[in-house]
Amino acid sequence: MEFQAIAERLQERLGDAIVAVESEAIDPWIEVAPARLMEVATALRDDPAWLFDYLHCISGVDLLETDPKKAAKTEWEPHLQVVYHLSSIRLKHRLVLKVHLPRWKEDQEGELPELASVASLWNTANWHEREVYDLCGVRFTNHPNLRRILCPEDWVGYPLRKDYEMPLEYHGIRGR
Amino acid sequence: MATTVEDPRVIEVDVRTDEMLVNMGPQHPSTHGVLRLVLRTDGEVVSEVTPHIGYLHRCAEKIGENLTPRQYIPYTDRMDYLAGMNMNLGWALTVEKLLDLRVPEKGRHLRVLIAEMGRIASHLVGMGAYGLDLGTFSPFLYAFREREKILDLFEEACGARLTYSYLTVGGATADLPKGWLEKCEAFLDQFVPVIDEYHTLLTTNTIFIKRTAGIGLLSPEMAIDYGCSGPVLRGSGVDHDLRRDGETIYTSMYDDYNFEIICERDGHYPQDQDYPPVPIETMLGDCWHRFYVRMLEVVQSVGLVRQAMEKYQASEGSHGEPIKLNQKLPPGEVYLETEAPRGQMGFYLVSDGKAIPWRVRVRSSCFSNLSVTPELCRGCLIADVPAVVGSLDVVMGEIDR
Repeated sequence: MEFQAIAERLQERLGDAIVAVESEAIDPWIEVAPARLMEVATALRDDPAWLFDYLHCISGVDLLETDPKKAAKTEWEPHLQVVYHLSSIRLKHRLVLKVHLPRWKEDQEGELPELASVASLWNTANWHEREVYDLCGVRFTNHPNLRRILCPEDWVGYPLRKDYEMPLEYHGIRGR
Repeated sequence: MATTVEDPRVIEVDVRTDEMLVNMGPQHPSTHGVLRLVLRTDGEVVSEVTPHIGYLHRCAEKIGENLTPRQYIPYTDRMDYLAGMNMNLGWALTVEKLLDLRVPEKGRHLRVLIAEMGRIASHLVGMGAYGLDLGTFSPFLYAFREREKILDLFEEACGARLTYSYLTVGGATADLPKGWLEKCEAFLDQFVPVIDEYHTLLTTNTIFIKRTAGIGLLSPEMAIDYGCSGPVLRGSGVDHDLRRDGETIYTSMYDDYNFEIICERDGHYPQDQDYPPVPIETMLGDCWHRFYVRMLEVVQSVGLVRQAMEKYQASEGSHGEPIKLNQKLPPGEVYLETEAPRGQMGFYLVSDGKAIPWRVRVRSSCFSNLSVTPELCRGCLIADVPAVVGSLDVVMGEIDR
């Protein structure tokens, strides 16, 4: 199914769960309201017209301009994006889903933003979400085992956030 | 005195031993690098396997946010370090997708030629090391003998034996040297008969079949659910290969090539007639099938290399000019997966219009392939754990990035 058709059908079915549709991009994407992610994902996986059975990748992107001069000129507010790359092996089509999250829950620094885990829909999401949690700092609710995966368990901070600073020292090892 | 052999599972119930946690790795020869598996064992039976990864994490994604795409090429070599050429290609195509750049015909055939040679070299390691996992040493030597010749050819083309940085954004760093194709041709001619030796040593070897048949069964549904790809996915009978099913920028590379995806259809593999038949003990999706798919892919790649050499010789002009080191990227984002030897290697590039990407994300095929181990090892014997992990053919450099 073509991207336009998927987007229209999705908007028809789930209405305001779809926040934005960008069909001009190289890889067209659909932005979903964080609270309705599970609904959209379930529909995408189970609807016989879509059958998105294969989750390629979940990526976290931190949108924060750390340079105050440039930050004044940016068009977007600082936020986090979680990007899902999906495809259907049976029907051979692709889709990109995006979710925008605040960088901190209720703007309280240190409180991780929350998003529903899709690990119950695609098992591969289990490790991918752990990685996003580990490196970008997103707390996936209802995740079966949300632990750090690449960094050591006692690591502090979320390395792929733009304002991350390398620790000075880790167990006697000089950091910078 | 005649003793009756009882079902070992019955004894297990009668004399119940305490559960024991056994650490396998991170320094263990059959975990293929620094993988740590924690096995919960009850006697010889493994009830649970928990993989722990991250021992080889080198912050590849973070580094990507500080380098231009061409500077990042050497870092891609170090992801799947057994298939550096294929990693270079995956990243190069991703950036080309963003730049809307197409390499010239000659460069395209050069890429197919090099990528498929890389696949042969990589599968040879996978095959040889799998023999080691199962306790036979000689296939490893036979495999490395041939791989060495491919590395020699690569060295002649680009100067490196492992971290090539040869294929790059816009084409390749250099054209093939004079006389290279003849050497490659000579290599293929002597290599094809050697494949039969491998079949004698492993594929049809009774001990090998006993160790792999019916072990680590992966159903097609589970393979898809866990995002498995490459030979692991095709070993379960899912007919999916990005060289045919991928995005146009990648599949167009293989446009005029003849090849059939290696996957079982109705009990037969495409090249069944020339190669040993599938033993009846095996079941689709077990370790043996994953191994067999790799073996047949070697043959497939030999065919592709032959075609590529012909087309490369017939095409005129340049092999492609690499882009400038500090070329500005257009704002936007792209995601592209290519069929690397171990599966679908994906790169996600977010650009804000500067020469250095805003974000680089690497989707590793082995990462997803490995995540299915707990399912495959549940209830198997301790000795089967290396057989299962080896059949997934993981490379930790790619998993941990």
